[in-house]
Amino acid sequence: MNLPVIIKFVIDLLAVLLLALGIKGLSKVKSARDANRLAAFAMLLSVIGLLSYYLGTSGIAIQSWTWIIIGSIIGSLLGAILAKKVPMTSMPETVALFNGCGGMSSLLVAIGVAIFPISNSLENFDFFKSLINEVSISVSIFVGAITFTGSIVAMAKLQGWLSTPAWTQSKIRHFVNIIFAVASFLAFFDLVNGNTNSIWLLVIASSLLGIGVTLPIGGADMPVVISLLNSYSGIAAAAAGFVVDSQLLIVAGAMVGAAGLILTQVMCKGMNRSLLSVLFGGSLSAQSTASGASGEYTNITSCSVEECALTLEAASKVIIVPGYGLAVAQAQHTLREVTKKLEQSGIEVVYAIHPVAGRMPGHMNVLLAEADVPYDQLKEMEVVNPEFPSTDVVLVLGANDVVNPQAKNDSTSPLYGMPVLDVHEARTVFVIKRGMSAGYSGIKNDLFDLPNTSMVFGDAKKVLTEMIGELKDLGVGEK
Amino acid sequence: MSFISLLWVLLLGSLLGLELIGKVPPTLHTPLMSGANAISGITMLAALTLLVKAGGNVPLLIIGSVSLGFALFNVVGGFFVTDRMLAMFSRKPSKKK
Repeated sequence: MNLPVIIKFVIDLLAVLLLALGIKGLSKVKSARDANRLAAFAMLLSVIGLLSYYLGTSGIAIQSWTWIIIGSIIGSLLGAILAKKVPMTSMPETVALFNGCGGMSSLLVAIGVAIFPISNSLENFDFFKSLINEVSISVSIFVGAITFTGSIVAMAKLQGWLSTPAWTQSKIRHFVNIIFAVASFLAFFDLVNGNTNSIWLLVIASSLLGIGVTLPIGGADMPVVISLLNSYSGIAAAAAGFVVDSQLLIVAGAMVGAAGLILTQVMCKGMNRSLLSVLFGGSLSAQSTASGASGEYTNITSCSVEECALTLEAASKVIIVPGYGLAVAQAQHTLREVTKKLEQSGIEVVYAIHPVAGRMPGHMNVLLAEADVPYDQLKEMEVVNPEFPSTDVVLVLGANDVVNPQAKNDSTSPLYGMPVLDVHEARTVFVIKRGMSAGYSGIKNDLFDLPNTSMVFGDAKKVLTEMIGELKDLGVGEK
Repeated sequence: MSFISLLWVLLLGSLLGLELIGKVPPTLHTPLMSGANAISGITMLAALTLLVKAGGNVPLLIIGSVSLGFALFNVVGGFFVTDRMLAMFSRKPSKKK
């Protein structure tokens, strides 16, 4: 063993250790930020390790350097600019975009190696080794292409650039996807058999499969899909590791793949959905209208912003339930203004955060933190649920399914069993909502029919802005 | 590196990944996903290897370079955006009052 090999071995080992510590640290609030930096450092270290190894052994040609520098500068610059500019509300689609690019990278490496076999894979040629090479190239292309197209579709749907075409909700889609899958597998085995031309069939078929599987999935389930695709991009990286014979890539890819799978499962649990129904069930609203779970509202009370403000003024404890609608209206800052006024006149304010509030799990915490809401006012579901009976006013802002009492009371409801916030136990509930449309699930919300619930119709931001004016008129928060 | 030992590496890496995330508070789902996503951009190492071994093969150099660009877009963007999110959590709750 010569020196460059030893150095690379040590650096790789260190990088793996730091990456593992990074992922571990990211799952705790206290250590998360440092852990993220640690992981970033480990990645830098791994690049240094790789480059120093080649410098010390075969050397790196000027041409290679040129292309390395061009690629790194453009990629890093665009990534950094996007990361700095993107608003916090569009986090889900940003993660999807980044993830798709990771998949694209693995795909390109595999295509490159398949078309122009690099010297390494041809020296001491033997059947077994070349078979492994072909298999890993094929896996890398297959998973990479699915990750790329799937992530891009997810991003486009979350951005609202793509709607859900009607045919994707019918049974035909399974048939179409099976055709894509079969075509992928045929191309896969053909490629493994040594027929390089079928590489393009594999690229096209697996790209279409990625689109076909992601397109029918509704917006609410998209975070789960992104998390799953994130896991795929780890697998694609591990496959690319087999292609270029890098242990570090295999370990890191496998780690991300497995961790992503666990995270996907955790998310599914929070939404009371099984992974299978997310992937093959189509969008939830299509199912429930078919099963007739929707019904007519009989007892809706609507009220003005002024009445709502009057009730708030008289309250001593208020719980805010923010949801998707708040995130879409970007009303987190206006909400903070309102709660500041309430706090100033001695009213206790708490935010009840459902595990899947916002546009993806944990997203609401990010948005409220951005609006400077003190961390200790954010309470998780289990903590806040016992507090509802002793609460005067609950403000539901753009949340729907997560406050539906059906999930507790009605065993025939598709929502039954989903953990929900028990807002109906509070004395008064105000639901700020644009109209009577249903939530993601398309299911009637029994909460709206209850006698202690009043609806305030309007866009969350507009209502909250009016609310500030009303509270000012009442002299709330002015001392 | 023999294939068998690479398989061992794959197996142990997967087990490690399964163990690392046991309990994650829902607060951290989004940052964790974004951070793990940045790490999956480690394919940049494969792109780099491709570029180093490409020699004078210009089409391969271009493929490698584009691949490296995509990977670094994922890595750099991913880490920055995760940091931006986490920076918001780390503000001291006692700042006001």
